[in-house]
Amino acid sequence: MTAHAEAVAHAAHDDRSFIRKYVFSTDHKTIGIQFLFLSLFFLLVGGLLAMGIRWQLGFPGQAMPLGGWLPQSVAPGGVVAPKTYNSLVTMHGTFMIFFAVMPLLVGVFANYLIPLKIGAPDMAFPRLNMWSFWLMIPSGGLMLASLFVLGGSSAAGWTVYAPLSATPDYSGVHLGQQLWCLSIVIFGLSSLLGSVNYITTVVNLRAPGMTWFRLPLSVWALFITAVLAILAVPILAGAVIMLLFDQTIGTHFFQPDVGGQPLMWQHLFWFFGHPEVYILILPAMGIASDIIANGARKPIFGYSSMVYAMIAIAFLGFVVWGHHMFQSGMNPTLASTFMVSTIVIAVPSAIKVFNWLGTLWRGNIHFTTPMLNALAFVSMFIIGGLSGIFMASTPVDMYIHGTYFIVAHIHYVLFGGSLFAVFAGIYFWYPKMFGRQMSERWGKVHFALTFVFYNLTFFPMHILGIGGEMRRIYDPTVYDFLRPLQPINVFITINAFLLGLSQLVFAANFIGSLFKGEKAERNPWRDTGLEWTTASPPPHGNFAETPHVYHGPYEYSVPGMDDDFLPVTTPPTGRAA
Amino acid sequence: MTAHAAAPSVGHAAPAQGGVGVYTQKVGMWVFLVSEVMFFTALIGSYIILRWGTGAQWPDPRTVLAIPITALNTFILICSSVSMVKAYAAATRDDQAGLKKWLLLTVLGGATFVSVQAYEYHHLIEKGFLPSSGVFGSAFYTMTGFHGFHVTCGVISMIWVTVRAFRGRYAGGNYRGVETIGLYWHFVDLVWIILFTIVYLI
Repeated sequence: MTAHAEAVAHAAHDDRSFIRKYVFSTDHKTIGIQFLFLSLFFLLVGGLLAMGIRWQLGFPGQAMPLGGWLPQSVAPGGVVAPKTYNSLVTMHGTFMIFFAVMPLLVGVFANYLIPLKIGAPDMAFPRLNMWSFWLMIPSGGLMLASLFVLGGSSAAGWTVYAPLSATPDYSGVHLGQQLWCLSIVIFGLSSLLGSVNYITTVVNLRAPGMTWFRLPLSVWALFITAVLAILAVPILAGAVIMLLFDQTIGTHFFQPDVGGQPLMWQHLFWFFGHPEVYILILPAMGIASDIIANGARKPIFGYSSMVYAMIAIAFLGFVVWGHHMFQSGMNPTLASTFMVSTIVIAVPSAIKVFNWLGTLWRGNIHFTTPMLNALAFVSMFIIGGLSGIFMASTPVDMYIHGTYFIVAHIHYVLFGGSLFAVFAGIYFWYPKMFGRQMSERWGKVHFALTFVFYNLTFFPMHILGIGGEMRRIYDPTVYDFLRPLQPINVFITINAFLLGLSQLVFAANFIGSLFKGEKAERNPWRDTGLEWTTASPPPHGNFAETPHVYHGPYEYSVPGMDDDFLPVTTPPTGRAA
Repeated sequence: MTAHAAAPSVGHAAPAQGGVGVYTQKVGMWVFLVSEVMFFTALIGSYIILRWGTGAQWPDPRTVLAIPITALNTFILICSSVSMVKAYAAATRDDQAGLKKWLLLTVLGGATFVSVQAYEYHHLIEKGFLPSSGVFGSAFYTMTGFHGFHVTCGVISMIWVTVRAFRGRYAGGNYRGVETIGLYWHFVDLVWIILFTIVYLI
């Protein structure tokens, strides 16, 4: 039966021309993999920019290795120029947030996993889905191009605060900032098309028996994330369009000299920006939940509380944006309101952490590479979450606002949190995507190196922050009070380089396994999910027949069964139909 | 075998399994409209902050804008919403002649609205009221401009739907396309009523 089904599906495969199959494909799996390659490329770009930042902070005023290759206007004599440094900081944040981590989590996993995990043949609107990927090409292309235009790229930080960003008089950046805006508007369109698809697909294309409360937590997380994106990204688009008009057609939205309101930019940006933070962490939570249940061979602890916690986080995410603006001259009463709403988010976050620990408790834990990365996600998220509470308290924030403490915090949640979950997800679903296994041994080497150097890079930043080192500082050694901290900066820089080099192990494993990896079976991780009931990689159309779902998503170690997992498609009698 | 035959043609919204009983295009359009609401919220919210939140100098709109002609234009746009409803009603009755007639009238209404708006812009620019004319000019052109862009997109889509109607694509009770574009059309109309009120009248 299945062999026959595969043969038929394979025949269907061949109906499509090369272009339709691999380039302008409407197949959600191909689109997910396209997003994977594109966003890993941007991860590399963002990482290289970070290396430039770290060199300047560790060894200010010294020529960068290979810096002589850069144009004199960017790096005179190989030394990062002050304006270039501002560009580096801005573009590192922009690439990492909009073009690496967000597409890695949403573009890759929402596209690849949602239809497979809910038993749908494809997305609700496959052609819109294709556009959502292909809009990322001009968007990312414009952002890359902005690095090379006259006047340099945007240098106002990834938050592009007005009025610095609104007129070239302040920053000297002309075209670079305009391209930044244009790129983000196109990015918003891409995100919109994707989110409409994810929501509609989850609402309407679930297989028979796949009720809402049988959805895997990864699908729940991606669904809630899409709702957040639908509500938050248009605000960013509106704000960025106003900013673009300020620069191009002479409007005055953010220019104070003619009645504009620079502070309005901060409100608009953070009204998007805080939900964006949860867009970047919720899918990671979902992926980690799936992998932890699998690795611990236990049902997830408190499934429905996990779902409600994510809904609560998403809702609260919209009423906390002011905590980014405690230093903006905000009325202290309003700041207290934002402080309370922000600290309340610790409750659903803690529910999730306790549930992960509860899942691990007395589990039969298998320390596979995906599981190690998922465990790193949980532990790093705890550290990042705790430092978040520091920042949320107005009196503490007054002291550490805009210092390296916030840099440490964001990297603990965005690298330690999101990126470890991305690695976990890639190691976990790689066999499904490409039909081959990544090397477990090299995966563990990569994990160990990344985990160690990651912590050695980012943990000392807390100390720098408490010591008062400013967040976007060009040369810390010019300040007397920071000079004693300079050895920490050197230490961080060395570890950052080692962290960057460690990713070569991942790249080699990823690319090598594409060609030489061990052939993957259908279900190498002995997982219960629907995606593992079809071939690796799944054929066009995913399932030969519409699957029926009979169980919740995490039926591991069911008492009285021979196997320690019960696939969701096994009928309740326990015998295969 | 039939299941296999269905598999490659997927994506054209295979029958909803365990869905919410609303067809996929309609769910998608509603989700899209939610994001549109948020987009206009950004613009309208900024307008409210700039005008009432800061004590900035704000001209009386009546001294700058031509209210009567825009009021007429608003009436035309509302009429096109009515004709959209009539088109949808005709489609549900499988009344093809009625569907074509009312769709054409809707296209005409939308096109008239955009044309009058272009005339208004031309007139205002000749008078020297530009996007750079203070914060009011900035907000006026950005908000009405984006609304006009939405109407233009709506008219283009409506022409496409009308062509399909003339080709008989909505015969036999298959009126989903008409209903879906209708949702968008009413949304754009509703946004205009809000914009007209807060930009022109207040």
